[in-house]
Amino acid sequence: MSWGFLHRLLSGVNKYSTGIGRIWVAVVFIFRLLVYIAAAENIWKYEHDEFECNIKQPGCENVCFDHFFPVSHIRLWALQLIMVSTPSLLVVFHVAYRENREKRHNQKLYKSPGEIDGGLLCTYLISLSLKTGFEIVFLILFYKLYSGFKVPSLVKCDIRPCPNTVDCYISKPTEKMIFLYFLVVTSCLCIVLNLSELSYLIFKYSIKCYRKRYIRKHQ
Amino acid sequence: MDWGALHTILGGVNKHSTSIGKIWLTVLFIFRIMILVVAAERVWGDEQDDFICNTLQPGCKNVCYDHFFPISHIRLWALQLIFVSTPALLVAMHVAYRRHEKKRQFRKGDQKCEYKDIEEIRKQRFRIEGSLWWTYTSSIFFRLVFEAVFMYAFYFMYDGFRMPRLMKCNAWPCPNTVDCFVSRPTEKTVFTIFMIAVSSICILLNVAELCYLLTKFFLRRSKKAGSPKHHPNHENKEETKQNEMNELISDSCQNTVIGFSS
Repeated sequence: MSWGFLHRLLSGVNKYSTGIGRIWVAVVFIFRLLVYIAAAENIWKYEHDEFECNIKQPGCENVCFDHFFPVSHIRLWALQLIMVSTPSLLVVFHVAYRENREKRHNQKLYKSPGEIDGGLLCTYLISLSLKTGFEIVFLILFYKLYSGFKVPSLVKCDIRPCPNTVDCYISKPTEKMIFLYFLVVTSCLCIVLNLSELSYLIFKYSIKCYRKRYIRKHQ
Repeated sequence: MDWGALHTILGGVNKHSTSIGKIWLTVLFIFRIMILVVAAERVWGDEQDDFICNTLQPGCKNVCYDHFFPISHIRLWALQLIFVSTPALLVAMHVAYRRHEKKRQFRKGDQKCEYKDIEEIRKQRFRIEGSLWWTYTSSIFFRLVFEAVFMYAFYFMYDGFRMPRLMKCNAWPCPNTVDCFVSRPTEKTVFTIFMIAVSSICILLNVAELCYLLTKFFLRRSKKAGSPKHHPNHENKEETKQNEMNELISDSCQNTVIGFSS
């Protein structure tokens, strides 16, 4: 069980997505997942070992690290990727449900089980809203936990058992900041894609409904 | 999900590239991605652990390392490879879109649509002309731009491509100007020069492919302008050749954008 599993799940979702949805999947795979695995993971690998405080007091470094990094950036990033990818599964489940229904009743109930209309449209819109919601929640979480998206090179710590205010140095702060900004930019891009897809679908199906009503009136 | 997945995604595009494009892809996978994963990552693996400063002042090493290596070579290469590989997907997406449109026409029962069934649309090769030609050429152009930008970023950040053995650092909290020693400087210099050389080769290949496409485009235009009467046999031969290139998009769409299946 690893990121390959998520990759395979989302490849299945791709089949039932709109064009914008496929671009979203490509952005998530290449600019978020691949960057995470190929580059970002290694930057944060030894963050605790390389976190150094100007004191010999045992326990002070541990306590200060825990205070400044309640949840490490990289773990939050991983959680964000998982939470943001999962709503797409709602669509896959709904399509599977439709296909099962057709098998049980042994007749063609839908034009095509994968076509986005009716109930599947609602599921799709809900999944888009959830994805956008999760993206925004995680961005706010990052912002609140770390007071902005900056990574300072020095933090001052005076928690017990540190005997006084101690200087603690974070490793690779510039590199971490660059990748944090990269994460924020790709998150924002994904939010924009989700909102565009939402507007596109709502617009498309409003026009469809309007046309049907217009034809009925004239008949 | 790792570089292997990128290989699967781009492998589909490979079938539909020009010969120069195929050479470019081979160079990318063997001389850049494979070298990065198999060798370069190990050379830079212990970069901070073995970065030693001649001081016992806590924090001095961290600060000096951060000052001299704002972003590690290895991460910059990984980003460069990701950005340089992505434009190829533009072509795959365009073909997927065209195919989708043809399928829609077919389902509506459009009489203009000359296909007998959906399978034929899937296997049908589209000509690389018109908007698709522009997409293909733009993807090569973007590749060139990304390569150039990253090479410049390397040169700018590290003052050339050489890794010095010794760096002098006086950033706070270092008490004075302190000597800091980089681990494996010669090996790192060798790999940096190797990666830059391969980047340059990739730039040349992209420029060659761009020139080839432009030459073909202008030749085709001059032929059309010069011979207004259409010779069906001659045109068919040309179409077959073009369709070899177009085989790309049909299959790559299935493998890449539509399914992302391995």
